[in-house]
Amino acid sequence: MKFDITLTISLKEGMLNPEADAIQNAITNLGYATESLRTARLYRIRLDAPDKKAAREMAVKMCERLLANPVIHRYEIEVS
Amino acid sequence: MRFGVVQFGGSNCDRDVVHVLSEVCGVDTDLIWYKERLKKHYDAVILPGGFSYGDYLRAGAIAARTPIMDDILKHSANGGLVLGICNGAQILAESGLVPGVFTMNAYPKFICKWVHLRVVTAASPFTAGYRTGDVIRLPIAHAEGRYVAPAETIASLNKEGRIAFRFCDEKGRVTEASNPNGATENITGVLSEQGNVLAMMPHPERASEDVLGSCDGKTIFDSMIHHIERKA
Repeated sequence: MKFDITLTISLKEGMLNPEADAIQNAITNLGYATESLRTARLYRIRLDAPDKKAAREMAVKMCERLLANPVIHRYEIEVS
Repeated sequence: MRFGVVQFGGSNCDRDVVHVLSEVCGVDTDLIWYKERLKKHYDAVILPGGFSYGDYLRAGAIAARTPIMDDILKHSANGGLVLGICNGAQILAESGLVPGVFTMNAYPKFICKWVHLRVVTAASPFTAGYRTGDVIRLPIAHAEGRYVAPAETIASLNKEGRIAFRFCDEKGRVTEASNPNGATENITGVLSEQGNVLAMMPHPERASEDVLGSCDGKTIFDSMIHHIERKA
């Protein structure tokens, strides 16, 4: 079966995010007041798996083995 | 004695390291294309600086998952020396050979300048030629060099004497102002548990000849050579 997976990788709560700070600064300079701004990286992956559970397990492994660094990142997985 | 310098697609300090080892230090050194794997016995393997895989995903992340890293893990498990410089340090952290991660500088721009480092321990194969507390001068050139690790990891690194270098001022004071990238506790050189792997952001190969403005970095290569000679 084909599954569409969306992976969202972001920095853990409390981690310094210099990229987000720079972007928020630029947004502020354009005149938009923002309370907070965070960034994340999103992956859309289509793959074949026997069932939804297997597809999710593959996604977890992809995150843990390559896409996220557990020292600084958290990840969210959606399977449809 | 033989040194190997691994060249990934996007490495760009590999030939500088080969030059210093073979021409300045006078040791046999091979430049190894990563796809060739480690085919010979090497006493020391060096992962040089550069931008392997264009720093895609995270600096060092993709190179850390290439097959030659299995050979380097075996080499290090057998007690072989491994030195990662700049992008090489990022690769070592991504591969788990040293704990923590080198990530985006606190002020997110590329920094290229000379800095001072405090030698935190001289009790390692890489730093034995210094005295603990020495202040040395080396250049840095990175955008992702801020060392980050969980608090308990930092505590054990301190306790086990596994911090090789900290950023400091010219008098050796470890201050916030002398920390160019926001690294945790100014750390910029980390040793593995066994002490035979060192990951460092500054470039010793760019400070190994008088003509380059400093010879302070050559001591790292000399220390490695002496360590290997003593073992033989």
